[in-house]
Amino acid sequence: MMIRLENVSKTFVTKMGRVDALKNVSLELKKGEIFGVIGYSGAGKSTLIRCINLLERPTSGRVVWNGVDLSTLSPRQLRETRRKIGMIFQGFHLLKTATVYENMAIPLKLSGVPKEKIRERVEKYLAVVGLEDKRDDYPGQLSGGQKQRVAIARALAHEPEVLLCDEATSALDPETTDAILELLLKINEEFGITMLLITHEMNVIQKVCDRVAVMEKGQIVESGPVLQIFTSPAHETTRRFVNSLFQIALPRSLSRRDDSGRLVTLFVPSSVGETFWTQISRRFDVLPRLLSGGILHLKGQTLGRWVVHFTGEEEEVNKALLFLQDQGVRIEGVMLHAERNRQIS
Amino acid sequence: MQTFQMVGISLFFSVIIGLPMGVLLVMTRPGRIGSNPFLYQTLNLIINTIRSIPFIILLFFILPFTKWVVGTTIGVKGVIVPLVVYTAPYIARLMEQALFEVDRGVIEAYEAMGIRTRDIIWHVMIREARPSIVLGLTIATIGLIGATAMAGLVGGGGLGDLAYRFGHLRYEAEVMYVTVLLLILLVQGLQVLGNRLADRLKKDS
Repeated sequence: MMIRLENVSKTFVTKMGRVDALKNVSLELKKGEIFGVIGYSGAGKSTLIRCINLLERPTSGRVVWNGVDLSTLSPRQLRETRRKIGMIFQGFHLLKTATVYENMAIPLKLSGVPKEKIRERVEKYLAVVGLEDKRDDYPGQLSGGQKQRVAIARALAHEPEVLLCDEATSALDPETTDAILELLLKINEEFGITMLLITHEMNVIQKVCDRVAVMEKGQIVESGPVLQIFTSPAHETTRRFVNSLFQIALPRSLSRRDDSGRLVTLFVPSSVGETFWTQISRRFDVLPRLLSGGILHLKGQTLGRWVVHFTGEEEEVNKALLFLQDQGVRIEGVMLHAERNRQIS
Repeated sequence: MQTFQMVGISLFFSVIIGLPMGVLLVMTRPGRIGSNPFLYQTLNLIINTIRSIPFIILLFFILPFTKWVVGTTIGVKGVIVPLVVYTAPYIARLMEQALFEVDRGVIEAYEAMGIRTRDIIWHVMIREARPSIVLGLTIATIGLIGATAMAGLVGGGGLGDLAYRFGHLRYEAEVMYVTVLLLILLVQGLQVLGNRLADRLKKDS
């Protein structure tokens, strides 16, 4: 375990009164994982990530780094620890008046890295982010994605153990976001750098995270492995985030069809296998009709989510659903015919 | 020429005093790294007080102080002290403004990288503010040239003195025209130079 937050609270006193940005948040970051924190703006996620390197001092609670409570460190020790915790930001935060090379070299120089090493590291990590040819450009000449690459290279050049990503892709277009996420995954695999990223976009969590925590009003309302959270979101906010990835709102005409049967939502993890579909119609006397749904590609796994209408004898339908449950499919929204007009999910 | 001498020397000392004051003003602001409301308010008060006194009055008002610092109250030496007292707070304000514009996010990024505050001031804030600093110093220098015109009153000499004594008191209008023309050229030249340098430092095309 690298970083542990223990009952961290942060209260800001403003002109408008006290704001509890964080309320008793506890969290553990395991070595090598990518941990995501998702929440709407104002949920406290920015404060959370800034508490980890003590850019924001918690009002109460502890931030423990490799067994050491960060608040007990001297300013000098804190600076040394911070060099092992890289950070990238939504706004990139590069020096406008310095070239790409200088942007990476200056912090290294100020951290006391010897000259020959600086050159070597800058070149190595510029290559990692694929910007060798931009070394003499100024940030003003680069695109958003390129600037974020420079920021990533700058963070990597310190050879940190952890990388904190503060809404790192929120200012980028979808395509660039994907490219940056790919890069982060590559870095995580190649250098084994642990990552904590905060975002308000569920697809970021989906693509790169191993575990996720959902924040609301300064608290973590739900957390766990990504597949589990995506398959069975318990909290209302989590459900809304998960739903944001699926376009499953059924047209009224479909949900109103006047026939018997059951309308259910199936969550199908990749472990279930692909033949379950044909199996149910062979084994049971039911007619499954697919109304809507899709497959999500998580990190190394897939999750299908299907809205299915079953017709057949009630007993047969029940058997079929039980069979699916045994296979590892989670079934939700089993609605009776009469209630069917209610919105799903 | 005395004008250049006066401007040069007082600018030098004014920057030495004004730049750190500007840094201090930005750093001690509420919500900044070294937030210190008391120091901030005190500095503010001092700067505002000095800046509310017109130079011609300040010149005489601080005569005892001038005498104490350089041992005389006349000549180039005697005029430099009031020029510095007059210009340093002005430069402090200009520097404050220039440094205040530096993106706080960049400062934070450097904090997060474990960089010492004094390195952040020098290598991030002052570095990034260079274009604005240059423009600010251009403005300050031009103001300083104006102030040196009054130096004649304490025997400091210079262009202003020339224009006043020969042009005004002796009715040699040509001298006045020539000096005024020279001053215009000087100020124009300085501003163009300042703008060019600032543009060159900017880099964000």
